[in-house]
Amino acid sequence: MNAPTTSLAGAPSPWQRLTRTLGRTWGLLRRQRKAMAGGLIVLLFIVAAVFAPLLAPYSPTEQNFTDAMQGPSAAHWMGTDSFGQDILSRVFYGARSALWIGFASVALGLVVGVAVGLLAGLRGGRTEWLLMRVVDGLLAFPELIMAMAFMAVLGLGMNNVILALALSFVGPFARTVRADVLQVKARPFIEAARLMAVPEREIVLRHVLPNIVSPILIQAGMRVSIAILLASGLSFLGLGVVPPTPDWGLMIAEGRGFISMAPWMAGMPGLALATLLIGLNLLAEGLRDALDPKTRGDQA
Amino acid sequence: MAFTSQRLGAASWWRSLGALAQTALVLLVVSGVSFLFLKLSPGDPVAIMLGSDFSRDSYDQLYRQLGLDQPWIQQYAHWLWRFVQGDWGMSYVSKQDIFEQAVLEALPVTLTLAALSLLVALVVGIPLGVVAAVKRNSWADLLASAVAIGGNAFPSFYLGVVLIWLFSVALGWFPSMGYVSPWDEPLTGLWHLALPALTLGAWYVGLIATVTRSSLLEVLEQPYMAAARARGEPGWRVIWVHGMRNVLMPLVTVIGLQLGGMLRGAVMTEVVFTLPGLGMMITSAVQTREYLVVQAGIMITALLFIAVNLIVDRTYALLDPRLRQR
Repeated sequence: MNAPTTSLAGAPSPWQRLTRTLGRTWGLLRRQRKAMAGGLIVLLFIVAAVFAPLLAPYSPTEQNFTDAMQGPSAAHWMGTDSFGQDILSRVFYGARSALWIGFASVALGLVVGVAVGLLAGLRGGRTEWLLMRVVDGLLAFPELIMAMAFMAVLGLGMNNVILALALSFVGPFARTVRADVLQVKARPFIEAARLMAVPEREIVLRHVLPNIVSPILIQAGMRVSIAILLASGLSFLGLGVVPPTPDWGLMIAEGRGFISMAPWMAGMPGLALATLLIGLNLLAEGLRDALDPKTRGDQA
Repeated sequence: MAFTSQRLGAASWWRSLGALAQTALVLLVVSGVSFLFLKLSPGDPVAIMLGSDFSRDSYDQLYRQLGLDQPWIQQYAHWLWRFVQGDWGMSYVSKQDIFEQAVLEALPVTLTLAALSLLVALVVGIPLGVVAAVKRNSWADLLASAVAIGGNAFPSFYLGVVLIWLFSVALGWFPSMGYVSPWDEPLTGLWHLALPALTLGAWYVGLIATVTRSSLLEVLEQPYMAAARARGEPGWRVIWVHGMRNVLMPLVTVIGLQLGGMLRGAVMTEVVFTLPGLGMMITSAVQTREYLVVQAGIMITALLFIAVNLIVDRTYALLDPRLRQR
């Protein structure tokens, strides 16, 4: 993250700079044992999600009442639920909705939050004041409560879960981005670019954005696991994805009612959720350690 | 000297006033967002209030009566004025005053649960963190980091189900649902709240242990710790009196910062154990589309959030004499 040393004529495009930053991130990340362990877990879940139709032994919504609430067996490795649906198959398909919601909502919240933060940080003055007061107000609502309120307005369903979570992530992203922009803006190379009459758009894309990529990445990494936790929480509360969809939160909620007869109904999807969250947390922590100059090189 | 201290006093006074103005502004935005939420929520409030069968005249009359024909800004001012007075309207489902339902009935349940969980977390988390810091790389250190990772990975709604399975179904020690106020019947109440408090507290244990450990490790290297040891003070006194005093600040900060996580966990825990708190209230209100109740819920949680942040800010001076203003 140095000031750009390349001459303007041979300057790389913003896209090249972004890929270069991501490449460097990967290089640093590879040396983190924690990140690699977490990444492996996450990768397994991604494989399970992508190849769910091939891996799942049964259809996730195939009901078979004669086989209802069977314990784990050779035919049903994780047992069956109260509708006789195969839990293993539903766990595989559940990984799909969990990961999709997690990454999509963070990506959406990131794009809007970064835009707001950039605008506030670069414009300054009244725009900044107004935007940041709105962000302050948004941040006064706890994420889950805010997502619940959005679900009340938007209605249930997966797309609305993504939208509700993304909206509740805008505030945190905007705040960190603004703080980072303020720091970068004060550095001499930005002033130099201004003096050289580099257009505002160029300054933002080429000089400001690349320098705040790592804090944004760190935060995005942390948010994905929070998003998945919140999404499954919403489903658990009955305010998220709607029933026939295989979703871990829904499965745990259903299993709660049969806890004394069929503990595997809640236990299995819960274990899947916990494992994925551990993987994501390790990955995010590794990412932070790799990118944060304070801990960089510490290969614990 | 007198002159500088006077100036300092004025400066701190201005700063407090500034913080207060900032808070008031946030409150205004929060109330605006809440009002907007009510306006954006689908459904016609007049039609809902009148039921299935009504005439055009009665509709128009109620429409005017509710002030819906006035401009938004006027409606907002009107709503805010009534809200501040505690006139939050009636619930369509329970036919109960919403202020009573939310503030007098649901809020104490959530606060009791949160306080009890925090107590559990502090009682377990602080000693665990201290032992982990003093004996680095021992089993306690390992346990502390395991609890921290597990606490983040086991969401309250899943941990709650697991604890119900273990302690109510398999062992039969604690009830799996129902709420008895510990303020009315201490023993039965605590017995009912044991599992919920454990569920919600577990998440905090890891966090508190981690923060205690890392801050204590930093403090242990400070010269005043060596000085205390050199004076021949016993080891426990050095750690628990001189050390912990300096760990309290970061601890309070983290506890305050993670209040959002606490509320998130509380909502889920209440639903798992069917406790009639704020989380339960908001959840069922969203399900039955009672927007007035949802709005009351988000307003209370936001106010709670802001209040705790203010309190955390104020505690710093109490905990650290170096920050105290004369």
